Amino acid sequence: MAEIRLQNLAHSYSATPSGPEDYAIREMSHIWEQGGAYALLGPSGCGKSTLLNIISGLLSPSEGKVMFDSTVVNDMSPEQRNIAQVFQFPVVYDTMTVYDNLAFPLRNQGMDEKKIQIKVGEIADVLDLQPLLKKKAKNLTADEKQKVSMGRGLVRDDVSAILFDEPLTVIDPHLKWKLRRKLKQIHEQFNITMVYVTHDQLEASTFADKIAVMYGGQIVQFGTPRELFEKPHHTFVGYFIGSPGMNLIDVTPQPGGVGFGDIHLPLSEGLQQRLAATQWSTLKVGIRPEFVHLWDGPYDDAMCAEVTYIEDLGTYKIITLKLAGQLLKVRVPEDKPLPQGQAWISFPGQWLMLYADDYLLEASPANEVPHE
Amino acid sequence: MSLTLEHVSRAVDGQIWIDDASLSFEPGSFNVLLGRTLSGKTSLMRLMAGLDKPDSGRVLMNGKDVTKVAVRHRNVSMVYQQFINYPSMTVFDNIASPLRQAGVSNEQIQEKVLETAKMLRIEKFLTRYPLELSGGQQQRTAMARALVKDAELILFDEPLVNLDYKLREELRQEMRLLFEARHTIAIYATTEPNEALALGGTTTILHEGRVIQSGRTPEVYHQPKTVLAAELFSEPPINLMPGRIEGNEVSFANFVHFPLNVDLRNIGDGDYRFGVRPSHLSLVPSNDDDLELAVTVELAEISGSETFLHVRNEHFSLVLHLPGVHAYDVDASIRVYIPTHKLFVFDQQGRLIQAPGLRMARVA
Amino acid sequence: MSKVQNNKAWWLVMPVFLLVAFSAIIPMMTVVNYSVQDIFDQSSRYFVGTDWFRQVLQDPRLHDSLLRQFIYSACVLLIEIPLGIAIALTMPTKGRWSSLCLIVMTIPLLIPFNVVGTIWQIFGRGDIGLLGWFLNNVLGISYNYAANASDAWVTVLIIDVWHWTSLVALLAYSGLRAIPDVYYQAARIDRASSWAVFRHIQLPKMKSVLLIAVMLRFMDSFMIYTEPFVLTGGGPGNSTTFLSQTLTTMALGQFDLGPAAAFSLVYFLIILLVSWVFYTAMTHGEKN
Repeated sequence: MAEIRLQNLAHSYSATPSGPEDYAIREMSHIWEQGGAYALLGPSGCGKSTLLNIISGLLSPSEGKVMFDSTVVNDMSPEQRNIAQVFQFPVVYDTMTVYDNLAFPLRNQGMDEKKIQIKVGEIADVLDLQPLLKKKAKNLTADEKQKVSMGRGLVRDDVSAILFDEPLTVIDPHLKWKLRRKLKQIHEQFNITMVYVTHDQLEASTFADKIAVMYGGQIVQFGTPRELFEKPHHTFVGYFIGSPGMNLIDVTPQPGGVGFGDIHLPLSEGLQQRLAATQWSTLKVGIRPEFVHLWDGPYDDAMCAEVTYIEDLGTYKIITLKLAGQLLKVRVPEDKPLPQGQAWISFPGQWLMLYADDYLLEASPANEVPHE
Repeated sequence: MSLTLEHVSRAVDGQIWIDDASLSFEPGSFNVLLGRTLSGKTSLMRLMAGLDKPDSGRVLMNGKDVTKVAVRHRNVSMVYQQFINYPSMTVFDNIASPLRQAGVSNEQIQEKVLETAKMLRIEKFLTRYPLELSGGQQQRTAMARALVKDAELILFDEPLVNLDYKLREELRQEMRLLFEARHTIAIYATTEPNEALALGGTTTILHEGRVIQSGRTPEVYHQPKTVLAAELFSEPPINLMPGRIEGNEVSFANFVHFPLNVDLRNIGDGDYRFGVRPSHLSLVPSNDDDLELAVTVELAEISGSETFLHVRNEHFSLVLHLPGVHAYDVDASIRVYIPTHKLFVFDQQGRLIQAPGLRMARVA
Repeated sequence: MSKVQNNKAWWLVMPVFLLVAFSAIIPMMTVVNYSVQDIFDQSSRYFVGTDWFRQVLQDPRLHDSLLRQFIYSACVLLIEIPLGIAIALTMPTKGRWSSLCLIVMTIPLLIPFNVVGTIWQIFGRGDIGLLGWFLNNVLGISYNYAANASDAWVTVLIIDVWHWTSLVALLAYSGLRAIPDVYYQAARIDRASSWAVFRHIQLPKMKSVLLIAVMLRFMDSFMIYTEPFVLTGGGPGNSTTFLSQTLTTMALGQFDLGPAAAFSLVYFLIILLVSWVFYTAMTHGEKN
């Protein structure tokens, strides 16, 4: 087991990088604590696979240090770092049976056959592979193959961390459920450091204790799924997490708060002060579709918006509204009565976020309005 | 233009790929084919396009039998999973290619390509090559090429599967808007129930080559005709419990009894399977009729805005889909509530007898 | 695949059809015709039915030739396939060296058959050939392919290996290139030795390519004519007289068209049978 520390890490694929655009990973320092379940979440091209390969040892970073516990491992290969990795496409040794596949890493270590049998049996139990042990690996379905890939990582005693590179990509949705649960159960049972790369925010949220959201080669926010959901530090996090993402509206400062069109949104004292003290070129407010309050009927303090479209997604509905020329989405549970034509909404102060140049502005601590 | 499939079947090497499928699609409609991998979605689309011939049955377009007509004589476009573009042509030429094939004049080509590119928001990339673009942009180029032809039938074979989650959400919305004002029939294959719900229109559920159910999406979702349809069209998977109705009582696995609900009174005595959606279960009773169950927590999956709680007792396991964060430790004992007026009832053969909110006639 | 029928395509295929008929099917039918007739000259021919087949299948000269041929093909496969794979494994995969390597490997394949034979004929001579002179005078090994049967065999084998191993190497190389990198990465993580990587990843994934290589090499070596003929003329004695040479002598030298034609057909059937056996054996695993 290991604590993984990244110090002043940066990576460029070109030999002579001239500016930030040449870097796949921009300078970052980060600690992954031992035993945690982490997710690296971001869109394609954000650098998450590069970061994963740097952690695993398949790629050597052009700058900075990677440390396992207190040893610098930059030049160590994956096998030297005791890393196990599960790839996007199931990798199994076709000519061997499932049993032999799982036993392979142990045999390479020279472990005793009796011990191998016990270990393989244990892992096969955890992954529900017992009935398949004698089958040839190439005849398995995609999800069974992925389980075998995971099994090869789990079967080793000395594994320091297991890295997953979008492992559920080729799996059908109904099987994804089962495998995700399996992963979570494995983490609870074995307490190994696990890092999971994905572009699916639901996968990341349900698996990880903490998620690192990556954008443009940087970790934009690192927090629990709840923190990322309730208080995104960056507009990208607001947009990327949650389905649908956060509503973001350009605003201009007004006395007592901010506004757009003919709408005025009051801000707390602390926040107004903070805003006045900040330099900015773009100013936005963000509120998640789940937090927009939909009144049952006309209400004095509420804003009136026009209903443009309603989507029924079974468990919930998404109402698209037009407020002072801006489109907004509201997410309501399935039973809620739907507004016709017009809707009255308000933005609860605790969920309304203010972003200057895409970064979250918070009221200075001394004047902060009590949250939660 | 309407599309009809009559008793279409196809088998390859002794394996049945499509089993007696009969479907019909209205002009200007958006239709989803929902099913697991290898359920026959691609095979069915290939039969609709004319890339393959059915072993039996007919394909009719606008009432005319086109079963024997080759694909290039049918007015069809197709968008694939892998973003298929001509790599040596610019985006403009890619989109223009079907028009050039049809011998359309250059000014018209210019106009149409620009119009379609604008619709798909790729007008800035017209001079670039497909491989220089991101995945989402490449797929939009492929879609533009399919749309510019103004074909009567456009087929989408899981086109968004290789794209990011967020990009998928965006493109789905764009697609819906794109098709609103057109007369084409769009057919979209996917494995994800949520995508079917988001895209709307009609949904046809396929399983092992057979059509399980077909109809307007909200109807198919809220009133699955069989257990299989309910299972295939739900994410997270629907909870199913075997049970029995006897006299005035319903019992699950012989241990939980509750008095017969008003809606369930018309059903005769017997063994049935009861279904309840994960989002209808809750941790607090919402109704006097609610059934209380003592369970232990197996696992709590928490995303920022919702929790999937996996629970079990000694007879069956359930999944709850709860809004908000509910962190429970493994093996914690809690109570869950099942609203009895939201139960689905299926008979032993898997047919729907009762769906929530739907008063159905007594089944013999 | 039951594609929708389009009969216009047949018109485009017609010329090819005629060409194949003219260059392959008609001559083949002629051979069949000869094999059932006793031919003295243009005017006198008699139908003899299966007589030639019976005679030919009992001819000891043909049996010897056939045996020699099988041994030769077996040796060729046993040397060339492993050697080709070994070369492919060591060929560089990126950069300038890889292109250079590929070009160098292709050169032997481009040389015409009789030129190859001639090159080695001179190369191996004891008096003016570099190899022959070197072996006889510097290393003290007596080497004379014209007089010594085993020397002749070795030389003919070496010629084929020199000429054709590149084909196996190039096919194996392309097979190796097709293996996705993830497999190697996974093997590294599993701490597999290079032998394990070869056995469990590379070899299984090269199977289809190797099948082609084996079948091509078998068919070519089984039909070999020019190189041994140019090198030794089939000698010393009969030691390097392979099947095609025997048949040619029979047909053209002795004008025994009947027996030669009969055996040609048997020859053809043997190749067909062995190829079919190879193919089924190697794809049998896939069906499971």
